Amino acid sequence: MADANQPSDVDAASAASVRNFTLATSELERLEMELLLLAIYRHHGFDFRSYAPASIHRRIRRHMEKTHVPTISRLTELILHDPTALQRLLHDLSVNVTSMFRDPTFFAEFRRLVVPLLRTYPTVRIWHAGCSTGEEVYAMSILLEEEGLYERCRIYATDMDSTVLDQARQGIFPVARMKEYTSNYFLGGGKRSLSDYFTAKYDGALFAPRLAKNVLFTQHNLAMDRGFSEFNVIVCRNVLIYFDRALKDHTLSLFSESFATLGVLCLGRKESLRFTALEHEFTALSARERIYRRNR
Amino acid sequence: MTARYDLVVMGTSTGGLHALTRLLSGLPATFPLPIAIVQHRSRDSDERLTNLLSGSSQIPVVEAEDKEPLRGPGVYLGPPDYHLLIEAEGLALSTEEPVGYSRPSIDVLFESAAYSHGSGVIGVLLTGANQDGTRGLKRIKEHGGYVIIQNPDSAESAFMPKHAVKNLLPDRVLNLEQIAGELIVRASEARSA
Repeated sequence: MADANQPSDVDAASAASVRNFTLATSELERLEMELLLLAIYRHHGFDFRSYAPASIHRRIRRHMEKTHVPTISRLTELILHDPTALQRLLHDLSVNVTSMFRDPTFFAEFRRLVVPLLRTYPTVRIWHAGCSTGEEVYAMSILLEEEGLYERCRIYATDMDSTVLDQARQGIFPVARMKEYTSNYFLGGGKRSLSDYFTAKYDGALFAPRLAKNVLFTQHNLAMDRGFSEFNVIVCRNVLIYFDRALKDHTLSLFSESFATLGVLCLGRKESLRFTALEHEFTALSARERIYRRNR
Repeated sequence: MTARYDLVVMGTSTGGLHALTRLLSGLPATFPLPIAIVQHRSRDSDERLTNLLSGSSQIPVVEAEDKEPLRGPGVYLGPPDYHLLIEAEGLALSTEEPVGYSRPSIDVLFESAAYSHGSGVIGVLLTGANQDGTRGLKRIKEHGGYVIIQNPDSAESAFMPKHAVKNLLPDRVLNLEQIAGELIVRASEARSA
């Protein structure tokens, strides 16, 4: 340990040369990353170049470790010549982590602040953008049913990935997570028991099909597709964190065009409209829970 | 003068609150580099950690927001149930699966800092009772950054710093009360031409 505290001149000199070398290495890696993402785009059409770089790079590196690919350039070669390699990479690049009633206080505040507004509308149109496997959509259906609003709601749940939408339509989630979801459900103001809404079978919890009755699960790519319809509520939580600033701005303006008068926008706990073009178009209903209402 | 280093990343687990309180209280309000911290925490932990650290730090302490620019002084704390990552332009958050049961994970913070800021990173690993951080510190070293590990003998929980010391060669192994001074010196270092 004394050695570590007192580096010798030799150590310092070799550290300096390592520094120069590794600087070049990280430049090289950056170039390789750029080429890989360009290759995916040109070859497959999906543009990961507008994704938040740190997490996309991390997923690429994890994929390389898992599949024992030594360099990014080697991976580029593989995906250009082997369609199954491309499919495996795309699978590892999509983030499909979601849960029911994540951030329970958001759901409690939604009940308190947004539900009374929705009661004044004869019909309510809701867009869940980036719904992944659908846990949050079912959570919202439960909330709306308990508030007596579900029958007047039409819910559009979209994701760019058709395989997660197939899962979402089935409404089967891992039984192992029900304990966590049950506690979230109560903290979020749940009025019954979460187990009233599902039937456990083997390791799956099948949620009541009526919770998906007013939901249309449909494929939509926030980066490439246009906005649609006029929504009273748009829920897009923990999706924009995976986009770079330009794509985040693009998506927010897509939302802005898709709102009915005085629409409500719900973002993730650590996402905000600060430093975006929309900052002044919305007023926070709950700054803490990132629930915003359009000014007009 | 351009500073040799761009930012400090710090990681800790068991015993971290006490260690961070003491370390941050040793840094002046004028400490020039942003400091990003991952302290292991449960997913339903609240603002108390931020408030406690604010109370003992002359540098403002905030919970990190997604896409927050990283410029100048400031302590940015990884929020519960998110990974905290560093990008060229600033902070980024992610809800990807926990790493080694942890979200936020120290390795995720350290590795992303190494990849985005190369040799401009100072990594600091403090007290803790698991292996998180070792892998990330290795990456920081590989990219030419500077690594400080708390002397395991001075740590409330020695396992985490000990595991790191065993698996890589840090630039410094220091007692807790020496770390703030070391950071002040490193932060004043100029980039060589």
